[in-house]
Amino acid sequence: MNVAVCVKQIPDPAVPGSLSADHTLDRSGKLILDESDSYGVEMALQLVDAAGGGEVTLISMAPNEEVSGLRTALAMGAAKAILVSDPALAGSDALSTAKVLAKSIERAGDIDLVLAATESSDGYTGTVPAQIAQLLDWPALTFSKHVEIADGKVKVQRQTEAGYDEVEASLPAVVSVTAGVVEPRYPSFKGIMAAKNKPVDKVTASDLGLEASQVGWEGARQEITNVEQAPARQAGEKFEDDGTGAEKLVAFLEQLKVV
Amino acid sequence: MKVWVFAEATDDKVTTATLELLTKAREIGSEVEAIYSGSGDTAAIAATVGSYGATKLHTMDPGDGLPGQVAAAPIAALVGTDNPDVILFAQTYDGRDALGRLSVRLDKPVLTNGMSLSVDGDSLLFGTAIFGGVVLVDVKLKDAAPALIAIRPKSFAAEESGGSAAEVVPLPAADSGRAAEARVLARHVEEQQGPKLEEATVVVSGGRGIGAAENYEPLVEELAKLLKGAWGASRAIVDAGWVPYALQVGQTGKTVKPKLYIALGISGATQHLVGMKNSDNIVAVNKDGEAPIFSVADLGIVGDVHKVVPALIELLKAKS
Ligand SMILES: Cc1cc2nc3c(=O)[nH]c(=O)nc-3n(C[C@H](O)[C@H](O)[C@@H](O)COP(=O)(O)OP(=O)(O)OC[C@H]3O[C@@H](n4cnc5c(N)ncnc54)[C@H](O)[C@@H]3O)c2cc1C
Ligand SMILES: Cc1cc2nc3c(=O)[nH]c(=O)nc-3n(C[C@H](O)[C@H](O)[C@H](O)COP(=O)(O)OP(=O)(O)OC[C@H]3O[C@@H](n4cnc5c(N)ncnc54)[C@H](O)[C@@H]3O)c2cc1C
Repeated sequence: MNVAVCVKQIPDPAVPGSLSADHTLDRSGKLILDESDSYGVEMALQLVDAAGGGEVTLISMAPNEEVSGLRTALAMGAAKAILVSDPALAGSDALSTAKVLAKSIERAGDIDLVLAATESSDGYTGTVPAQIAQLLDWPALTFSKHVEIADGKVKVQRQTEAGYDEVEASLPAVVSVTAGVVEPRYPSFKGIMAAKNKPVDKVTASDLGLEASQVGWEGARQEITNVEQAPARQAGEKFEDDGTGAEKLVAFLEQLKVV
Repeated sequence: MKVWVFAEATDDKVTTATLELLTKAREIGSEVEAIYSGSGDTAAIAATVGSYGATKLHTMDPGDGLPGQVAAAPIAALVGTDNPDVILFAQTYDGRDALGRLSVRLDKPVLTNGMSLSVDGDSLLFGTAIFGGVVLVDVKLKDAAPALIAIRPKSFAAEESGGSAAEVVPLPAADSGRAAEARVLARHVEEQQGPKLEEATVVVSGGRGIGAAENYEPLVEELAKLLKGAWGASRAIVDAGWVPYALQVGQTGKTVKPKLYIALGISGATQHLVGMKNSDNIVAVNKDGEAPIFSVADLGIVGDVHKVVPALIELLKAKS
């Protein structure tokens, strides 16, 4: 069984984000593997293992031929990667991104299952997995918190407002996974060394047969008109608990008439 | 402007998020219609969406298919004949499924995580907050109609218009392709006690500072029950497996806007704050006086949750 995992390489979320002059997210610094995608990578490795054969291919679109996030995922055990990097893709919205990823999945060839996270940590548009599925005309099992493969079918527990649904589809299919679906492994030293020599297929938008008008700024068809700081909420009173904290809380609750 | 709303319902009850969208649709549009993919009672749903201003309810029964995903093809067909200007979705599981598939079928961009929406001349102005709600961004749509927009629940108030029941019309039949191959085999409803997180007047949430999974019930749940409220959580304790994901408040969880939000042992990361900082009143208990949660709290107690909360529970019990 061959699994492709979409992995986004993003600015470190621990560093406060900033926007470039063109109002897109500043991605000029070092990029890392989005933690949300480490779950997909781990899930893919486990599914391929359970199937007793096949390999995990990473798919990523990132500026400046960025590979550091891919190396992390390769060190976890993925076999190879396709990296789409092209100045024409700057400013890509979710739909353009999905077009690039879907074409890359076709390029990888012979893929039974595509995994992605339900949403990325930096853009969190949250539609890319369903868009990829529609572009490929594959079924999509979204918001999955448990995934298994049996008899050529994929079966998941899909999060719902009320609990979860058991949902099944035939392969090939797209599955989006929630954080915590599995516990991602730490790359071993051996894994890190091996990752250095694993193949990364670097391609451009035109290699994938995509026109500039379909992707990047032109594809996004929107204009950012204003960016400003959100009004900060005023802090109220703060007390050290000297044993009377609970009484102060009761007084506040009474004032609000919630007790 | 012709505005459509992708309506959702739990059983036969239209969700609050849908009612919020219908209210907004009335404000920005002259014609409001709703679309419903589900097996609920369409007459009941038509009555509710009608009383929030929708004149038509386009319906389909997805059977055991995923309601959002199999709705995309029929909606695309209807767009072709009826030409709406805007289609609004709630930023929910089925809303995102429908939106993603529809955007490809129509080859239209999506705007998601919206928190405001207004009309500026003849274009739409869409507002969202980024970096965990710290920075507000306004976006003007440049593309031809329809605009495909997803809005975070709790962004708008829901207000009835007093309209009569919407006219029920079936969505056109359309081929969903392999999207229809995803089938729901079984539904698991997790027992829910107390009011819903998004609808409660009081929400009590616990974070890593409560120390252990077994402290959640006696501290967080117990206090919430005494205040007739709902209980929630930070992502730290959801990821740790202490409580289910459904309780998560924040950027990747629920947005809540209660009269009172009580944060116990929560540091107040921006991704948590974005889900609760529009609450009317905020109370925080945290042993670190420098914790960012205090910057949004109307009342902050710098102290140990294991001391303050049991004492509070005792006092509240003594009063009732
Ligand atoms: C704050 C902010 C708000 C934005 N709002 C919008 C918006 O409203 N509409 C819009 O169309 N665009 C929006 N964008 C742009 C959009 O986020 C991205 O640029 C787009 O490339 C991917 O979308 P995403 O990460 O949000 O997708 P999501 O749908 O959140 O991503 C889900 C999953 O898809 C996979 N994936 C996504 N991108 C890649 C990638 N480059 N390489 C590999 N796998 C990937 C990952 O598995 C990811 O976890 C926004 C960007 C920012 C920074
Ligand atoms: C893309 C992304 C999305 C995210 N989405 C969300 C989201 O939706 N919701 C969310 O909540 N988080 C989200 N996060 C995570 C967020 O950044 C924080 O990591 C998380 O909110 C921290 O949870 P916490 O406050 O419980 O834990 P911590 O940050 O560890 O804070 C624990 C607090 O408890 C206090 N404490 C410890 N012991 C005691 C005691 N005995 N008594 C009183 N106080 C005590 C400590 O002083 C500390 O302030 C997201 C992060 C990313 C990157």
